[in-house]
Amino acid sequence: MYDGWKIIIGIIIFLGIATFPILYDLGKAAPPPPEPKIDTPEIQKMVEKKCVEPKSFMKVEHMVLLKDWRDLYVREGRSIYLSADGKQYNISLSNTCMKCHSNKKKFCDECHNYAAVTPYCWDCHIEPKEEG
Amino acid sequence: MSISRREFLKIAGASIILGFGDISAINALEKVEGTQVLKDIKALKAKRWAMVIDIKKFKTEEDYKRVIDACHRIHNVPHIENPKHEVKWIWTETYEHAFPDIEYEYIPEDIKHKPFIVLCNHCDNPACVRVCPVKATFKREDGIVMQDMHRCIGCKFCMAACPFGARSYNWLHPRDYIKEENREFPTRTTGVVEKCILCYWRIDKGLPPACVEASNGALIFGDLADPNSEVRRVLSANYVIRRKAELGTKPMVYYII
Repeated sequence: MYDGWKIIIGIIIFLGIATFPILYDLGKAAPPPPEPKIDTPEIQKMVEKKCVEPKSFMKVEHMVLLKDWRDLYVREGRSIYLSADGKQYNISLSNTCMKCHSNKKKFCDECHNYAAVTPYCWDCHIEPKEEG
Repeated sequence: MSISRREFLKIAGASIILGFGDISAINALEKVEGTQVLKDIKALKAKRWAMVIDIKKFKTEEDYKRVIDACHRIHNVPHIENPKHEVKWIWTETYEHAFPDIEYEYIPEDIKHKPFIVLCNHCDNPACVRVCPVKATFKREDGIVMQDMHRCIGCKFCMAACPFGARSYNWLHPRDYIKEENREFPTRTTGVVEKCILCYWRIDKGLPPACVEASNGALIFGDLADPNSEVRRVLSANYVIRRKAELGTKPMVYYII
């Protein structure tokens, strides 16, 4: 093998770089999953602290719900959501969801950052005013 | 592995049939959850919305400004001076630009030099809808030509197709040019096309468009398909013109001059 040592050194450097992220995190505990805060004034005021659907559903399916709301509202003009328990809600991200969840940083961003997803809602929709 | 032509066609056919299962994805939520998404019962209903602009009722600069500001303020339309980057939903145009086909030399001076309020014509045969490759712009059942900013890819075909210049592209970030945000309504982002949406969100709540409300009766809005509606009454009592009607897009904004 011509220049064998060069090739071997090259392979070692490559393996070093390629496995660095794994080796770097080895033995370290995974960061704890964030817990979205729901202690906004608007939610505190509620007698029964309830979102449009149960928490377990919202946790897993909120993106599906938001996408369907968006399509049905914008494209078909259907603006009222009748939830499974028979309550009515206006379909609006800024005026319904964020009226209660006015803590976008603690409620939306923390989880989205943790999961490394970057929804582009806020490119257009105006986020609630927050301190800090 | 070799595959005979016959087998290939069988597999291809079967996959096409299986693929059709996905068509109803948009309503998945409704079906799975037993929930419903309904229209507001207060929503104004029409077969074909139309507008009449009584330009005689626009007398002072303030009359124009009030109408334009009412729209631009609630819809967070950015105010950009540079005409190459400007964004407008409703604005004024000279007679010769608004009606180039009927711009005769010896028409009354007051009409010749009067600014005309122009906006998206919500055409019954909209050229923009035909060219949009992603159906971001579409015609609603009630005739409103809608713009779905979520879907717009910013290709600007619609801007090329629209004979009225009713569409604006966001070259710059619009939030930098909005003096006072209406926090109830979204802004747009760079890279999408926007235009008048005939206040579909107000109509769906039972309110007339914002410009109509602010116009003190100079803009009349109603159902063209209903013979008893106010627009029909006004149209039958006045001689009206439309912008570039000869192009066949069937504009739905009429002018009393």
